[in-house]
Amino acid sequence: MTQSVVVQVGQCGNQVGCRFWDLALREHAHVNKKGLYDEALSSFFRNVDSRKSDGGACGIGGRIQHLKARAVLVDMEEGVVNEILQGPLREVFDSTQLLTDVSGSGNNWAVGHMTYGSAYREQIVDKLRKAVEHCDCLQCFFLIHSMGGGTGSGLGTRVLSLLEEEFPEVCRIVTSIYPSAEDDVITSPYNSVLAMRELTEHADCVLPIENQSLVDIVDKIKRMSHSGKPGLVIKRDSTIISGQGGLSGAEKPFDAMNNIVANLLLNITSSARFEGSLNMDLNEIAMNLVPFPRLHYLVPSLTPLYTLADVSVPTRRLDQMFSDAFSKDHQLIRADPKHSLYLACALMVRGNAQVSDLRRNIERLKPSLPFVSWNQEGWKTGLCSVPPVGHSHSLLALANNTCVKPTFMELRDRFTKLYRKKAHLHHYLQVEGMEQSFFSEATNSLSSLIEEYHHLDATKGRLMPDAPRLSIAR
Amino acid sequence: MSIVTVQLGQCGNQVGHELFDLLCSDAQQGQRKLYSTASCERFFHQTAHGELVARAVLVDMEPKVINQSISRAVKGGRWRYGESSHFSQKQGSGNNWANGYCVHGPRHRDVVEELVRREVERCDRLAGLMAMMSVAGGTGSGVGTYVTQCLRDIYPKSFILNHLTWPYGTGEVIVQNYNSVLTLAHLYQLSDAILVHENDTVHRICSQLLNIKHISFSDVNRVIAHQLGSIMQPALTADSHGVYSRNPLGELVSALTCHPEYKLLSVCTIPQMSSSSIAYSAFSWPGLLKHLRQMLISNTKMEEGIDWQVRPPAGSERTRSLTGPSFNTSLANLLILRGKDVYSAETGGFEDPALYTSWLPSEEAFNLWKSPVPFNKYEKSATLVSNSQALLRPLDNMVGKAWNMFASRAYIHQYIKFGISEEDFLDSFTSLEQVISSYSQLC
Repeated sequence: MTQSVVVQVGQCGNQVGCRFWDLALREHAHVNKKGLYDEALSSFFRNVDSRKSDGGACGIGGRIQHLKARAVLVDMEEGVVNEILQGPLREVFDSTQLLTDVSGSGNNWAVGHMTYGSAYREQIVDKLRKAVEHCDCLQCFFLIHSMGGGTGSGLGTRVLSLLEEEFPEVCRIVTSIYPSAEDDVITSPYNSVLAMRELTEHADCVLPIENQSLVDIVDKIKRMSHSGKPGLVIKRDSTIISGQGGLSGAEKPFDAMNNIVANLLLNITSSARFEGSLNMDLNEIAMNLVPFPRLHYLVPSLTPLYTLADVSVPTRRLDQMFSDAFSKDHQLIRADPKHSLYLACALMVRGNAQVSDLRRNIERLKPSLPFVSWNQEGWKTGLCSVPPVGHSHSLLALANNTCVKPTFMELRDRFTKLYRKKAHLHHYLQVEGMEQSFFSEATNSLSSLIEEYHHLDATKGRLMPDAPRLSIAR
Repeated sequence: MSIVTVQLGQCGNQVGHELFDLLCSDAQQGQRKLYSTASCERFFHQTAHGELVARAVLVDMEPKVINQSISRAVKGGRWRYGESSHFSQKQGSGNNWANGYCVHGPRHRDVVEELVRREVERCDRLAGLMAMMSVAGGTGSGVGTYVTQCLRDIYPKSFILNHLTWPYGTGEVIVQNYNSVLTLAHLYQLSDAILVHENDTVHRICSQLLNIKHISFSDVNRVIAHQLGSIMQPALTADSHGVYSRNPLGELVSALTCHPEYKLLSVCTIPQMSSSSIAYSAFSWPGLLKHLRQMLISNTKMEEGIDWQVRPPAGSERTRSLTGPSFNTSLANLLILRGKDVYSAETGGFEDPALYTSWLPSEEAFNLWKSPVPFNKYEKSATLVSNSQALLRPLDNMVGKAWNMFASRAYIHQYIKFGISEEDFLDSFTSLEQVISSYSQLC
């Protein structure tokens, strides 16, 4: 069995990461009834015996002694990490996995990327290497960060390129939280565009998530659960925003939103952790969904968002779950994949579903979904037999779809508005190592990415002739 | 004589498990000592304690499926896999043929070869090797191709049969057509015969003939195992003089693949029905064979929706094209009949020269195996292994889709990363276009 290491950078990255570890523990506690350290647990956790002086690791099959997260926590201020260390999750981390500073990056990409990136380079690599040494077959790094601030976007993308340099063989999947248009960080367009270039060049896959989409989903679920219609009672701990049954007691403001992202990461790794009749390993994600190296932005959607408590009501059936995965209000970015062009799509099903359910739904949905001419059958599927906590089944769809284009264009517009006036530019240029050319290169990179999506979009709806086949002399 | 099976990748290991399970349960039904002994010698060896151990080597690049197959066999209690006849790694090939063929294969060559060698040395006489795999993923296709190549090097004179599972047309692996093209093009140079099951066809059999509501992969795999088993179990051949034939692989190859350009074998079996209906059904050989013959010439892979209009062409109209009437020309056919009154079955309909190419006489092109022992709960059962145009269309589709993708160079960077170049792709495309061209000119 393979392992993955989670690298969480910045305030947002650490908050999301914190929810992930809580829910991951909840999920394994739910599945693992015997209290033994099994292969599934080993993918994200180490089992150490703290009584031994060297903190010796215990092998697969023994009793669970003391679980340690395969994680590296980086933040340039202390607040969030300290909170984690005082909370119920403190046990799963130890000081060797943490790296903090006190002064923060001041919402400045350059400070995070250049100043802290250079100052902490050795320490970061050292901590990463330690985490990697604890794995016997490392498959994947999951980087969690936000795009808007200074540390997550600046230092986060610096960590990404360090990962590529030091561990080129290991797959890098990045979860990036994109700021809302009305972000309170004035420089967030700069930070995001500068970070985008790094993501385009150094990540294997990026799962873009918009803050606003998370807000919308949380609102929708809250509305549903307070509507109080008879028979529409939503089961406790079945909503995707719930942390019910986890270690943390009282919910903090962003927990509901962060739980969605945490669930995304749990589902994406489920098939690599648990058994299933059609395994989908993490290295298959990029292989199947990334036809061209730069176009590796995969739009996630999660269903179901909740299940109803009353079993006598015809609950949302399996097929509804598949339909929802393609609807606008289940996407984790504000986009409409149905009306854009699919390059490829993965369906990762958990729980009680068979290959015939997959086939039936693909056949049913295919006509309404435009696929690029050379990938009309661009479906990748996985079946994992262990459902998420509180559900009988669930579906994660990952779409490589041109619907990300509007989000990127909007970002570029907001960037241009600031950049035209050279607003706040001096804060960046005074940072050592930062040059103005970084800005133009970053916009160029983003523009050419948008252009690539645009070219593909242009083929949509046109009947593309088949490529003339090789002819054989007879 | 014995067959050593190599199960590769998730699909190969799942289908392989179902096959051994079926072979064992079929051989142990009722009182037919000769049949049972012959079958066991082929596929199992016996330990000092009388346990049956499959003559199989299990190879995968990740451990989950192999562990499952091994423990399911142990749970079943009738047979098991050898204690140390499996090899797995921790990290799969990621659906990438190049990763399997260029990286994993060479890296683990010695271990796998040693496992096969040990199995081969356990056989008194080796009939040949059978490699089971899918063509869609990375391990079965990539490592499978590499391992087949190694086996060909070590056992240049042995028969090698590849059993391939072709993916659903949609929705398993997006790069499946690339992986399939690379696999088939390479295997065509290495293998003596390539026996193909298409998931789509088998899935239809499960839903329409077996009436299974929620079809799982084990259902699909059981159908494949049933068809494969009916080919592989002991039978009497024309020149075996009343004893079970000794070399099933050799006889299969010599009956069906007489020309190196034509190696693709398809299978159909009748009857196939849910076990609850078997008890209420009665079959006659003339009825079964009439259906089977029409399935052959109209290229229908299951006993439903047969087009009865299709007839063999008269001598004068022997010029057809791919798009022409749907008559399916055969190069060679092997008919295997098992069950009650098998000696009374009249198989003349399959000897009609109009079914075959003009350059091979029908007495060469048609072979018949029989066994009076009913197979796997069916009182009568007929299986046809056919080297015909039956796989032409799916092959042409597969190559066409891969070529379209290749034209925009999508996903190629993933293969280049592991050392497969655009020229390698072109070579594979060329050799498969040659195969397509040969089969479409078969008449």
